[in-house]
Amino acid sequence: MPTLPPFQQLLDAHALEVHRFLRGLVGPDSADDCLQDALLSALRAYPRLRNADNLRAWLFTIAHRKGIDHLRRNGRERPAADMPERAISNAEPPDHGLWNQVAKLPDKQRAAITLRYVGDMTYATIAEIIDCSEPAARQNVRAGLTRLRKATG
Amino acid sequence: MDITFTNVDHAHHATQLARFGERAFEENGPAQLAYHTFPSPIGALLAAVTRQGLVRICFESEDPEDVLSHLSARVSPAIIELPSALVGVRRQLDAYFAGSLRCFDLPLDRRLFSPFQTKVLAATSAIPPGEVKSYGQIAALAGRPGGAQATGQALGANPIPVVVPCHRVVAADGSLRGYGGGLERKQFLLDLERGEQSLF
Repeated sequence: MPTLPPFQQLLDAHALEVHRFLRGLVGPDSADDCLQDALLSALRAYPRLRNADNLRAWLFTIAHRKGIDHLRRNGRERPAADMPERAISNAEPPDHGLWNQVAKLPDKQRAAITLRYVGDMTYATIAEIIDCSEPAARQNVRAGLTRLRKATG
Repeated sequence: MDITFTNVDHAHHATQLARFGERAFEENGPAQLAYHTFPSPIGALLAAVTRQGLVRICFESEDPEDVLSHLSARVSPAIIELPSALVGVRRQLDAYFAGSLRCFDLPLDRRLFSPFQTKVLAATSAIPPGEVKSYGQIAALAGRPGGAQATGQALGANPIPVVVPCHRVVAADGSLRGYGGGLERKQFLLDLERGEQSLF
């Protein structure tokens, strides 16, 4: 059995970026509930985890699965108008036009683009999280960007 | 293409994490341990509880990362920081340090005690506040007459100091001998229980 760090260490290191990823994937209103589901599932499975090599990717994989489950159940949510209020004051203002377009992308492209740009992840890690090959992860990011370019002119 | 994703406001995120913590430590929740660090007159104390009770207290002379890693290996890695789970422990410790509480009434989780330590600490817990016993006396009460040294080791490794009062055990000549948290803390606690002012 691997030596697992206290779960709180994972929360300190990754909970915020998982929260941001879920906002990108399911939208701001559902992201909170998906975060709760993802963290509770992760903590439930954590003591039995056999491979502790990449806990960040493991956590994102669970969050991605919860996000996709949510989208399948409830359909899509458009980015809400309250986003600027919740954005950090010193962060760059969000581009709502672009966000609306991201929200219209197919699930895999949206997940891949969000992981790439929110999580700054390698294609290998994105592939692991959304459960596809590395070339397919790259292709999803590229195809998503092409669509966004077309949509935003 | 310049992609700027919205951030999550830190206060909003903290609220969501607190909500998660509360749910995780509910009766059938997945968290097995909750901890919190708070100030005291003898320095910051880290306290950890399971659903059975208080399982660990450590002084700031110990590295919290080591303490939490040890709890992760010995009890469970399902550990979260959750101040609300430690409210009762903190309230009694605050009252004790303020001089308004003499005996703790807290559920304890003794799973980190070794079998010999269980006997030693049971004998130690029976010493009233303000009084002391010698290592030899405790060794005899724990069923190992002549085992003063082993008793000293068992007391030095007390997982729940202050609440389990290992500071009330001193050398036969009345000197303090040793303490897991350092002799200044031991002296402070004994003075506090005798109603004497001392500076830590």
